[in-house]
Amino acid sequence: MDKPVYTLEFEKPLRELSTQLDQLRQQSLENNLDLSSEIAGITRKIEATQREIYSSLTPWQRVQIARHPKRPYALDYVGMICEGFQELHGDRQFNDDRALVGGTAFFNGDAVMIIAQQKGRETKEKIARNFGMPQPEGYRKALRLMKTAEKFGLPVFTFIDTPGAYPGIGSEERHVSEAIAVNLREMAMLRVPSISVIVGEGGSGGALGIGVTDRVLIFENSYYSVISPEGCAAILWKDSAAAPKAAEALKLDAPTLEKFKVVDEVVAEPFGGAHNNPTKAADALKYALHKHLNDLRGLDEERLLDTRYERFRHLGRFEEAGVVTS
Amino acid sequence: MSLFSKPKYSTVVVKKKDIPKGLWTKCPISGEIVFNKELEANQMVVPKSGYHFPIGARARIAGLFDPETFVEVDASVRSADPLQFVDSQRYPDRIKKYERDSGLPEAVICGTGEIHGIPVSVAVMDFRFCGGAMGSAAGEKITRAIEVALKKKIPCIIFSASGGARMQEGIFSLMQMAKTSAALGRLGQASLPYISVLTHPTMGGVTASFAVLGDVNIAEPGALIGFAGARVIKETTKQTLPPGFQSSEFLLKHGLIDQIVNRLELRDRLRDLLSALYLRKKPAPAKT
Repeated sequence: MDKPVYTLEFEKPLRELSTQLDQLRQQSLENNLDLSSEIAGITRKIEATQREIYSSLTPWQRVQIARHPKRPYALDYVGMICEGFQELHGDRQFNDDRALVGGTAFFNGDAVMIIAQQKGRETKEKIARNFGMPQPEGYRKALRLMKTAEKFGLPVFTFIDTPGAYPGIGSEERHVSEAIAVNLREMAMLRVPSISVIVGEGGSGGALGIGVTDRVLIFENSYYSVISPEGCAAILWKDSAAAPKAAEALKLDAPTLEKFKVVDEVVAEPFGGAHNNPTKAADALKYALHKHLNDLRGLDEERLLDTRYERFRHLGRFEEAGVVTS
Repeated sequence: MSLFSKPKYSTVVVKKKDIPKGLWTKCPISGEIVFNKELEANQMVVPKSGYHFPIGARARIAGLFDPETFVEVDASVRSADPLQFVDSQRYPDRIKKYERDSGLPEAVICGTGEIHGIPVSVAVMDFRFCGGAMGSAAGEKITRAIEVALKKKIPCIIFSASGGARMQEGIFSLMQMAKTSAALGRLGQASLPYISVLTHPTMGGVTASFAVLGDVNIAEPGALIGFAGARVIKETTKQTLPPGFQSSEFLLKHGLIDQIVNRLELRDRLRDLLSALYLRKKPAPAKT
């Protein structure tokens, strides 16, 4: 028997229509009836409903898509857009973090360094990958591999997909804060081009810890936020059920982030989200990465570093002597 | 009458409500009662027990620098409302309240001054303003303090006191972590010392950026310092937290900070450290 298909709350109308469609097909097969006009009707209705839902997604709905269990994960994309990925394990100090992986690969024939936050698909793998929440060793491994990339002149691609860095006792004892902070400083000074892409969840400092790059891309339904909507709701609304409200208030959706210049480009997802057509999503990502990498390769080292510094230097909006900056 | 019997004194029971508010403070560890004036004169450190009460940015600055050397900069940088954020209150209304209550323009005060004659650029956070939360204005001020040090070729000292990032400025708050850390990278490349002083409490995005990047990380005694809050860790892991978890003493033991320094000794300690890392010479004997 097929496993039940995971359906998001706002996708329920679609689910119902698709069940009807299956039933009609079954009937037409079993009873040898010609139901093609009914089938075509429902198919059109599905398309229309899909268009209606997906053309007016709320930030909270996008958060749900970003967390969809079927959403392509970092290594799915690496497999689709790169060749010959060689995973390189461990931080050479304590451990190998399975939630933050990396290694060399070839992108359009050229060598690149991949750094990727990876979630697990099945229960066992989910646990092994700590639900995509890296510990200090993950960030230290990432830095080690970025330094290797710098040594050999390879561009760095980072794939961001984490609810956040792991909040645990060991994580604190081994100073996850220091691991992230050092990455922020060192990534800002890395002498090779770097591009990050938020493929799913961009959870706060845990995401930023591999996100200080020349270019930051984001998939249309990914989010990037200083705090999870649930966490924000629990603190400011004293109720985690207010998460949809918090998601709205935090302005964490990709189109808004592009307006804020926090991200440089929104990569379009196929209709119904990246999980509906991973190949198409990967193609769009490959195209964007290629374009941005070409741009960056045109810059000499000094220019590259200055541009990266200025990019982050000007993020923030405040008031000075009564005038609001932007 | 037995020799060892308890002598009888007439005792006066002082009810809590009889102590006029604002005159006295009780030390939470020794229970001793200290005059507020005495406490303030002692930089909010309880004389006998050594307990460190939080200290405001202005009072700290007054205790830190050589007299009349501190010059404040960027006092006109203040928080805006980039997200038009509203929860139970409008964010600008919250800001007004913090300004009123703390008498400060922002959660960070910046400037330059001298410590035993050594010039430094400083940023001092104040927990009373929005729990020291770092938004765009705070991040900008801290970054500028680092850039001033770079431009003037002088050391930088940052005092942290913060609950973390300021939620009401969303992603812009997160970006301040990158901005401040990148500026510290440039300061380091120029071989200019950065001393981070972590005070109670330093949490979240502030810990995971400039606060732990010091060439020397100093903590005040008994400060709470960490990334995730204790409640979040408990809820996520269902583990009991070890005693003293996330305290200065815990972090000294676990290797994150270089020293725990009493607030009253900090000026002299900074002179010694800056003499080593910046002047690279033994300090001249103090003038009397």
